[in-house]
Amino acid sequence: MRNTNRNLVNRQYVIIGIFALVGVIYLIKLFSLQVLDKEWIDSADNNVLRYVTQYPARGKVFDRNGKLLVYNEAVYDLMVVPGEAKNIDTMEFCRLLNISRETFEERFTKAKDYSRIKASVFLAQISKEDYAHIAEILYRFPGFYFQMRTLRHYPNAIAAHTLGDIGEVNKDEMEADSYYKMGDYIGKSGIERFYEKELRGKKGLKVVMVDVHNREKGSYLDGALDSLPVPGKDIYLGLDADLQAYGEQLMHGKIGSIVAIEPKTGQILAFVTSPSYDPNLLVGRIRGENYTKLMVDPRKPLLNRAVRGTYPPGSTFKMVNGMIALQSGSIVPATQFHCNGQASQPIKCTHFHGSSPDLANAIENSCNPYFYEAFKTTINNPKFGGIKNGFDYWVQMTHKLGLGHCFDTDIPYELPGNIPTVEFYDKKYFGRWNSLTIRSLGIGQGEITVTPLQLANIAVIVANEGYYYPPHLIRAFGDSTAIPEKMTTRLETGVEARHCKVIKAGMQSVFEGAHGTARGSKIPGISAGGKTGTAQNPHGDNHSIFIAFAPVEDPQIALSIIIENGGYGSTWAAPIASLMMEKYIKGYTERPAVEERMMNGVINYSIKKKK
Amino acid sequence: MNDRNSIIGKVDWPILLMYFALVIIGWLSIYSAGMSEGHHAIYDMSQFCGKQMMWIGIALAIGFVILILDAKLFDVFAYGVYAVVVFLLVVVLVYGKATNGATSWIDFGFFKFQPSEFAKLGTALAVASLLGKQDADLQQRKTRLMAYVFILAPAALVLLQHDAGSALVFASFIFLLYREGMPGAGAVMLLAVGAIVVFVLTILWSKTVMFIVLGSLFVLTLAYYLLNKKKGLWGMIAVYAFFFALVFFSEYAFYHVLDKHQRIRFEVLLGLNDDIQGAGYNLHQSKIAIGSGGFWGKGFLKGTQTKYDFVPEQHTDFIFCTIGEEGGFKGALVLILLYVGLLIRIIRVAERQRLTFSRVYGYAIAGIIFVHVAVNIGMTIGLVPVVGIPLPFLSYGGSSLLAFTIMLAIFVKQDANRLNILS
Repeated sequence: MRNTNRNLVNRQYVIIGIFALVGVIYLIKLFSLQVLDKEWIDSADNNVLRYVTQYPARGKVFDRNGKLLVYNEAVYDLMVVPGEAKNIDTMEFCRLLNISRETFEERFTKAKDYSRIKASVFLAQISKEDYAHIAEILYRFPGFYFQMRTLRHYPNAIAAHTLGDIGEVNKDEMEADSYYKMGDYIGKSGIERFYEKELRGKKGLKVVMVDVHNREKGSYLDGALDSLPVPGKDIYLGLDADLQAYGEQLMHGKIGSIVAIEPKTGQILAFVTSPSYDPNLLVGRIRGENYTKLMVDPRKPLLNRAVRGTYPPGSTFKMVNGMIALQSGSIVPATQFHCNGQASQPIKCTHFHGSSPDLANAIENSCNPYFYEAFKTTINNPKFGGIKNGFDYWVQMTHKLGLGHCFDTDIPYELPGNIPTVEFYDKKYFGRWNSLTIRSLGIGQGEITVTPLQLANIAVIVANEGYYYPPHLIRAFGDSTAIPEKMTTRLETGVEARHCKVIKAGMQSVFEGAHGTARGSKIPGISAGGKTGTAQNPHGDNHSIFIAFAPVEDPQIALSIIIENGGYGSTWAAPIASLMMEKYIKGYTERPAVEERMMNGVINYSIKKKK
Repeated sequence: MNDRNSIIGKVDWPILLMYFALVIIGWLSIYSAGMSEGHHAIYDMSQFCGKQMMWIGIALAIGFVILILDAKLFDVFAYGVYAVVVFLLVVVLVYGKATNGATSWIDFGFFKFQPSEFAKLGTALAVASLLGKQDADLQQRKTRLMAYVFILAPAALVLLQHDAGSALVFASFIFLLYREGMPGAGAVMLLAVGAIVVFVLTILWSKTVMFIVLGSLFVLTLAYYLLNKKKGLWGMIAVYAFFFALVFFSEYAFYHVLDKHQRIRFEVLLGLNDDIQGAGYNLHQSKIAIGSGGFWGKGFLKGTQTKYDFVPEQHTDFIFCTIGEEGGFKGALVLILLYVGLLIRIIRVAERQRLTFSRVYGYAIAGIIFVHVAVNIGMTIGLVPVVGIPLPFLSYGGSSLLAFTIMLAIFVKQDANRLNILS
């Protein structure tokens, strides 16, 4: 190609023209931005803009009756922008804040390492009184300023594990969500953590101009860039504060948990784990110190036993085996199995009762041989064609009954418990096992473990005659937006109501029958159903377990109680359960003697080492 | 050719002087932008300015080597260089390191290398070499097709890295195609400007309003054509059809084709989104910095906005903010005059070449530098959406400085050698 065409040569001027035109346009724009537009110059000229975050009030938490459980208290954080902190009289500053020179250096270096030009918290949570005193002369220290924050406060000092706590964000949390800046607070556990996004609201921003003396000179651009903070949503829990407090009193001096659920909704009414602690201990500047104390306590007060304690369910598991046996058609309510009392094989009976009980009878007397036989008949039922298929059916059914897995609602740190599988036994016994090998499952021992929450849900299923809602803590948001659908979705267990009714009647006779294991804990004027359990504990005395619901005609409360090392279910767990149900339904109790005995009872905490 | 004196006498000093001026302005600005972390020496190797000094040294050394090489080498190896950069673009797609959403880096540990910076150079060489061939003719379909492939292949690979800014730079080759007389190149340029206007107005005013506006214009133009019995009626109708289709698809493209962050940047630019804490943060801070410079500027090292890290990426893509703040309008004027002067000089020098290769190559690099400068400065003052491409010769970064220096050095070498060509 040769450069001969004159027309083409002239095209260079078009291109030069385009280049020049764009240059001129840019210069005009720059002239208007830099010279004509005074707004930018005003804001500069030695004035530096400060972006003050407006923290929204964190949402409050109420119980089911509108009783306040968590609210906010104002405190002040002293902030520092290290790059602006120049010519500080350190001596005077330390005296003002009452801190040592070393503390000053250490904190200032930490802030500088985070950023020289972004603000970080220098001294957190200064009380209102100190704030007034310091704020007066703070202008002498450029780079430092106050920021209002809110602290959580718990008027009733109950339900520490459920409500959870808030704390400063850590590095990982800041990286995971750019919403958080250093020194911000975030829900660390419990409700505070699960509903963090709802509770925290949305931060606002105020742009203010400050002069070289660090004094505010009014808002920038008349507040055109400011945004108001959006307060967090309030949360109403299903929890009944009175019942919760009562439960915590009853559990005083004992180790264990109480989980009470409203059967018709799955809302948790009481969520007691003992020993517990006052949630106010983990607030503000005292948090670190108290946290360490709780950490090293051998009774593990930080452990939420209601969801992280896993126990063999013992006899309370007989409900489950009874329901599965009926539903699979392996037994009928009238089916009788022979009981030889203490001499029974392969599992002896710990109770004394008529020799051949039917199902309701067996529940009332907690007959071990009966439920071993029922379990054996179920998994060996010819309709499954082999024990492995039969056992697999049994495993599936326990899952549908809410065992062996987490509910995954808003309850934090759940453990799934354990339901052994066919594969597990194949591995353990090299494929050679039968109903005799796994006989302990028939009476809720062996490899099965459940959490108190799952046990309470078993009581819910019997009370509801076959269905449940995944247990959850929330009842409603303050702005009445819908709670997650999962928590309002009814789940069917696959056990028909007519079978549940049989179990229900059996559980009623535990309170009301002549031989009922909880006959001593009958509630005046209220018909209840229950089941005792005594879980063998290789580490010490047996755990006392009880599950119950009331009233039988229209259940309003279902619960599970575990008292570690409490011995028989009827000794501690059953009386406490009856008091809880009475308190919830009537609002008061009529058995002061029982109440006093339970509240004052102390079970020594001891770990027997296995020899 | 190894005689240094002869090469010093033949190089185009205006281009070299403007180059030196730009590089030094860049170095000083990077030094100034880095002042927020306390005072450091300008040669402190732990700082961006110290590293930039090293890159300037390396760039000058490489530039000098290019000036003493044989000028014919670049034409001869043009396709080879092109093949290597295209290969590297494929490599970076597979092994690239993600930076700011774009996977455009190859990490060598001690140094991160950005092949897309060199892809422009390779493409400029390859297109120049293609059109410099004796039998090349843009009037013929075969030459046109090859030119398209040479330009669009690397552009597509860069786009696959989600580096929309660098891909946009390949549009700059329209200038040389126009200059070399490719049929329709001028029309494409006009249509592109029209399309941008229509797109922006559609987003601002909504589809319905645009249909009414465009419809009225069409009726008027049609009446004018029919009454005056003008020719090209069908061409005119086709152009309108194109714009109507554009209006129709603009909203769809805006909300469904663009990535979310790209859409938000457009919204910020058009004033539809003024969230200065989120998407609009960069532009707002950038405008405060430049706007607060005033006419005379705050003085070297005296800027506040670009020191306190308010402006993000202040030493790389937003380096112009430092110049605008500390140099004021006066500084910006000098810088823009330098760029426009350099571009015009490159065009003028390109026109005096005897080899088509050299001329086409000159137009190619002028186009590349122009788009870089226009997009980069445009985004800092709110005329162009925020797109991450560097300001030539000024922004911090080894890949960019080396690529632009090599680009320019090859052109200066071609020019110094022009009198050895028998025409």
